[in-house]
Amino acid sequence: MKISFPHMGYSYLALKWLVENTGHECIVPPEPSSRTLDLGVRHAPEFACIPFKILMGTYLEVAEKGAEVILTSGGMGPCRAGLYWVMHQYILDELNTGVKVVAFEPPLCDLKDFIKKLRWVRKTGGLSVKEFVQAIRITWEKIKAIDEVEMLSHEIRPYETNRGETTRRLWQALEMLDAANNEAEIKDAMQEGLKLLQEVSQDHSRNPLKIGIIGEIYVVLEPAANHYIQIMLGEMGVQTDRSIYLTSYTRKNTIVNLEGDIFEVAKPYLGEAPIGGHGANSIGETILYARHGFDGVVQLAPFACIPEIVAKSIIPTVTKDYGIPVLTLFIDEQTGKAGVQTRLEAFVDLLEKRREVKAKRGIERLVI
Amino acid sequence: MSKIGIPRTLAYFIYFPFWKTFFEELNQEVIVSSPTTRDILDDGVREAVNDACIPIKLYHGHVAELASKVDYIFCPRLVSVRKHGDFGTETFCPKFLGLPDMVRLAMDNLPEIIDVRVDLKQGKDELLNVCYQVGDLLGKPEVEIKGAYQRALLIQKRFKKLLSQNMMPEEAIDILFANGERKSLLSRPDLQIAVIGYPYAIYDDYINGRILSLLEKENVKVYTQDMLSDKMMNRQARNLPKSMFWYFSNRAVYGALHFMQQKNIDGIIHITAFACGPDSIVDRLLEIESRRHGQIPYLSIAVDEHTGDAGVRTRVEAFLDMLRFRRDKS
Repeated sequence: MKISFPHMGYSYLALKWLVENTGHECIVPPEPSSRTLDLGVRHAPEFACIPFKILMGTYLEVAEKGAEVILTSGGMGPCRAGLYWVMHQYILDELNTGVKVVAFEPPLCDLKDFIKKLRWVRKTGGLSVKEFVQAIRITWEKIKAIDEVEMLSHEIRPYETNRGETTRRLWQALEMLDAANNEAEIKDAMQEGLKLLQEVSQDHSRNPLKIGIIGEIYVVLEPAANHYIQIMLGEMGVQTDRSIYLTSYTRKNTIVNLEGDIFEVAKPYLGEAPIGGHGANSIGETILYARHGFDGVVQLAPFACIPEIVAKSIIPTVTKDYGIPVLTLFIDEQTGKAGVQTRLEAFVDLLEKRREVKAKRGIERLVI
Repeated sequence: MSKIGIPRTLAYFIYFPFWKTFFEELNQEVIVSSPTTRDILDDGVREAVNDACIPIKLYHGHVAELASKVDYIFCPRLVSVRKHGDFGTETFCPKFLGLPDMVRLAMDNLPEIIDVRVDLKQGKDELLNVCYQVGDLLGKPEVEIKGAYQRALLIQKRFKKLLSQNMMPEEAIDILFANGERKSLLSRPDLQIAVIGYPYAIYDDYINGRILSLLEKENVKVYTQDMLSDKMMNRQARNLPKSMFWYFSNRAVYGALHFMQQKNIDGIIHITAFACGPDSIVDRLLEIESRRHGQIPYLSIAVDEHTGDAGVRTRVEAFLDMLRFRRDKS
């Protein structure tokens, strides 16, 4: 079968490997471009959020290339992302593309259906259970390795002396990971990639601002949707920490995972959790970033994203209580890169000024 | 005796009789905000977060109107009212889930907010538990609360029955509490149309450009999903690949599918709010389904704070003309 899937950040490298190694042909989803968005906007409902529109465009693009099946995720709500596949299927049918969308619902909600779909993918590819499990294991290792190098790149970028070097090396590292075929190779490629990044020429006399990136998962994970915000900020000399990685929940080393239940942290401000998507997380994460001495937070969300609107209406109170500035960027098909950049530059200027003022006050206190 | 304020929007149109009876049985005075006006809307736009949809902004406006007049604002956190949906996790739009917090943190000088959590999928006595919590807050003994609860259930049942006799909520509320009389029915309606949407969009005359009175004037008989019994609606669930996650959306979708199968319905009007999250799915789904159900005419009207009566009237009149033309041709 010719299988495709949604493009989300760099995870496509691992998913491509999975599809190819389970006996199927992979139609690799192209990185979302302005054509993708145009196609999506033309056929998606007007008020659908930007992830829906980008995925719609991606599906139409892979359909052109001959994809027969699209594997994606379902959901239990109340975020509408869980109904994406239903609408995508309706619209793909209307356009007579002949593509079938197969959605994996959360196994906790419907285990039987989940297993049934997995078995279907395995059987049509002609793999034994053992081989299939092994393929999934390697894919997971690959995703973890990809996240690992990406994380390091965001740490190093604000220190680079030659602009763009970190990003170039990140691509090299990802290419090496792409070529790896088993656990040992993935490990080697990762070590090699991490080393490449560490060897970027750096200026450690800098004291970069620290900004946390929170918000809705798709626009946070897909650089093409958020106008490469982390690279943009990094090249402005800002260190960024992202609240969401595909492998987040298995990690112990990210800020977001340090303090246990994020919903408990958000509770004083939001009496109900989860409220769909990452709405409640966004509130909790803002508090965590404030506690960990970050200079500011950028909230990314698609225009009209319901949970993030709830979060946005509550965050000003968190800002007041914890003294952490938050910039909310709602992204839609009209958002331009220059607009995002201007607002980020202004935000970074404010944060720098704030730091200076704080430092001065500290000195005055010392004098007294 | 305290004064309890209930905003005349969102869930008001469906659950008001229950809570009015409940509070009055407990010797409280219930004060409802006035029907939506320009001032209420302007207040709401000022107080609420700018990205919110118009119903949420309106809610803030209604709360602002009540704030100085009452001791409590009744703003329950609606989480679920039944176990339904593919995974039994049907709930409300996330904005309903965060509503008490949004209101409390966005507005100053508010009276105390009664924000009990209504999660009825927990069990069949859950509503009584909710009532105990509310009554407890008002310092009432359990016996009295239980009595009030039973009386409220009874009135709510009567309310539903009136709705099922093709009545609009405000009219039914009038009959229940103010000895109002039933409006005379259209003797020979020219057209029959199903108006689908969330209760707070279709019954709030100000925000939807007075569409219901316009239809009445045009001699059109109007049906809404709230006139159908739950049983009739839930039957439609199996015609969908997956149910919606949201209670009001499920009602709208099931209702619309039901009306699409009725021979006597000439067309369907869907009223939605600008940038409504759930409706981005619901609206397109209904559009496609109406095409599949023998090309039943379908009009979608999105309202926001700039919607004017004239714009809505033009579009509805054009739709009606088209329906009449279509009928005369066949």
